[in-house]
Amino acid sequence: MPQGKDGERAKEEFLAEAQELIESLSRDLLLLDAGIKQGQRSPETVNDLFRGVHTLKGLSGMFGFERLGRMSHVLEDLLEDLRLGRVDLTQQVLDVLFEGVDSFQRLLGDPAEQSGIDVETFTARVRSLARARVQERNIFEDYELDPSMLGVLTEYEEHRLRTNLEQGLTVFRLRVRLALDVIDTALDGLKERVKTIAEIITYLPSMDGGGGDSIEIEMLLASKKSETELRTALNRPDAALSAIPKRQRAAAPREPSKAHAPEPSTPLTPQSPPSAEIQAKPEVTPVKRSAADGDVSLRSITSVVRVDIRKLDHLMNVVGELGTVRAALARLVEKLRNGAAPAWSSEAHRIHRAFQRHLAEVQDGVLDIRMVPLSQLFDKVAVIVRQVAREQQKEVRLTITGAETEVDKLIAEELADPMMHIVRNAIDHGVEQPADREKRGKPPAGSLHVSAHQKGNHVVIELEDDGRGIDSNLIREVAIRKGVLTEQAASDLARDELLNVIFMPGFSTAREITDISGRGVGMDVVKTNITRLGGAVDIESEFGRGTKITITLPITLAIISALLFEVRDRLFAIPLAVVQEALRMPASAVRTVDGREVITLRGTTLPLCRLADLFGLGPLAPGSTEHYVIVVSVGNRRLGMCVERLSGQQDIVIKGLGRSLANTQGISGATDLGDQHLVLVLDAASIIEEVLLSRGGALIGAAS
Amino acid sequence: MHRVLIIDDSSATRAYVRAALEEMSDMQVSEAASGFDALRILPRERFDLLLVDINMPNINGLELISFIRRSDTHRHTPLLIISTEASERDRSRAMALGANGYLAKPFTADALAEAVRLIKKPVEGA
Repeated sequence: MPQGKDGERAKEEFLAEAQELIESLSRDLLLLDAGIKQGQRSPETVNDLFRGVHTLKGLSGMFGFERLGRMSHVLEDLLEDLRLGRVDLTQQVLDVLFEGVDSFQRLLGDPAEQSGIDVETFTARVRSLARARVQERNIFEDYELDPSMLGVLTEYEEHRLRTNLEQGLTVFRLRVRLALDVIDTALDGLKERVKTIAEIITYLPSMDGGGGDSIEIEMLLASKKSETELRTALNRPDAALSAIPKRQRAAAPREPSKAHAPEPSTPLTPQSPPSAEIQAKPEVTPVKRSAADGDVSLRSITSVVRVDIRKLDHLMNVVGELGTVRAALARLVEKLRNGAAPAWSSEAHRIHRAFQRHLAEVQDGVLDIRMVPLSQLFDKVAVIVRQVAREQQKEVRLTITGAETEVDKLIAEELADPMMHIVRNAIDHGVEQPADREKRGKPPAGSLHVSAHQKGNHVVIELEDDGRGIDSNLIREVAIRKGVLTEQAASDLARDELLNVIFMPGFSTAREITDISGRGVGMDVVKTNITRLGGAVDIESEFGRGTKITITLPITLAIISALLFEVRDRLFAIPLAVVQEALRMPASAVRTVDGREVITLRGTTLPLCRLADLFGLGPLAPGSTEHYVIVVSVGNRRLGMCVERLSGQQDIVIKGLGRSLANTQGISGATDLGDQHLVLVLDAASIIEEVLLSRGGALIGAAS
Repeated sequence: MHRVLIIDDSSATRAYVRAALEEMSDMQVSEAASGFDALRILPRERFDLLLVDINMPNINGLELISFIRRSDTHRHTPLLIISTEASERDRSRAMALGANGYLAKPFTADALAEAVRLIKKPVEGA
């Protein structure tokens, strides 16, 4: 491993590339899995997998990830045998591949290598998979194949050529001249068109007429179509297409032509006896990401830049600082306006406007760079679904929509664990065994629908299953038994409120609930993680029918628009994203229900919270009143916060309070408004939680 | 100054090789991320050493070597292939097509330096 700055950079490059490789491996496995279910074989996907694992193996060795290197070596051997047709692609083999790729992820994340992955046992399992013997008849002799062309084929390409010829497909040479500058995009376009009707075996750069700004590429294609059909589909008059003919002399004495031979015995039938493993067959609909047919993608790999998220964080901080400078500038402009030099004032106003506009663009630009599509996360979900379904011998149909919805990279990462947990629970405890389902008149395969969409500044992710749902009576019973709720409180809670009890700590660890009610362990942890991201999680369930979990998250954590307001002469901020509206306090309309102040807002009851009491800020100054109610909502819960004055909107960068104050309830951080004026930013989710669940009471450790 | 071109689709491998080579004195390292990239660069620049990965998408390393050995510009440039111990057949094909040696992945920085040193000598003597 080279030392110094270059060595460090290389190591970072490795971690990023290995992560990308692993992600694309699991995507390819899902494609393969889906392909098998439709009776398709996809040699190209197998080859992509091989190349990925091969690269990972080489890199792991060079960068000192010894166990990752050994694991990938084992898988590389298996994939080599697969792509050369020595091993058949069965569900059993696919299981091993999924397991291997999962272990890559863990070994990469844990270079200390204590993750309990037993490389030896895994190796033994891989080795025990049946290897088929390949018969090596030299079919190439039957065709007019150029020996110099055969000489540059890799072993895999040679195997694909042989297999296609043996299956009676026609092999074509396609020659096309392409400009070197745009060769990647031009070739991608050609590939998209060719791939639907033929397998591409190789590309050869041709020497004829080489040099200059263009080059002639020769492609070797195998297809069931005729030359004319292929020519029409290609729609490139400049391309030369010719079928590789059979040798005349060789044809006669040999066994009857194989052209009409039946398809070779399909390796898609599992070789092992039909054991339990075959029952679990989650149907995965992988996210389609290729460009539309015939559409030439202009994005080549080389136009993508990898950026360390920390660099973006830094940039974001700078943008945040600029935002505070802008705010200070705005105040100065305001002062000038009332001053004695109107010409300067309008000049300053103009400059400020321009600055504001460009700053907004920079801000949007930086935010945009941080955005990643949820498809990365949903691919992981698909892997887990397949894995858990097979473990539990259940059938699960997974459907995914909205995978192109984008969120901040940081949020996408933090979301992975909670999502995995919810999905695992849904299959573990929600979806019934196929036989049980049929008894209840449901289709044997359970369905899990994962969807995402953007809603204003938020992303909403829904996970809906059609499993057994949650028995709210049972929750009431157990919550009382576990001492999570008093009997009185439990009977007061409405059905949908009762469901939320599963998110309370101390409840969801209850084992019997796990087994009976249909939701598992650790939902409190799920909730904590999502709340930390400024999000909310809600649950709906109909006993016997299924459960829907809705996660609402802000799109980004970095810069937010905030509403500023005053309570007892102190300035506070709250993210605008959680604010539904702010209204004048209708003083006469405040009622007290169950010891809690409420108002009626357009026909619905809105609970109120006196922030001054919550934070212990003391009594109102003589002559002032709480004039306004700010209506905040997180998930499906709402709260009206009583404040004295509204002080405008501003974009702010939230900074942490430091380690010792990090866990202060109700406060998510502080922000500098640009004039060294520090303002606390309220955490709406935890305030709502505190007020609605504990029914009031002062927060502990808050500002005095 | 010794000019080296690394042709490999893995940017981490390129970064590793670059870091290792730049620890040696008077090395000037260029990178090509694909066979096409190499086809673009090769006619325009002179190199003293080419490092070629075999397993690349589209144009594979063997095809590239065959092309390079028939080209005007780099017919005689020393060329090492980067491959793995698994693909012995591909390696011997590469040698037959005109590669001067190979480095098996994973290789250490020292092994790379040694291979480069060996291949440098005849170049400097020529």
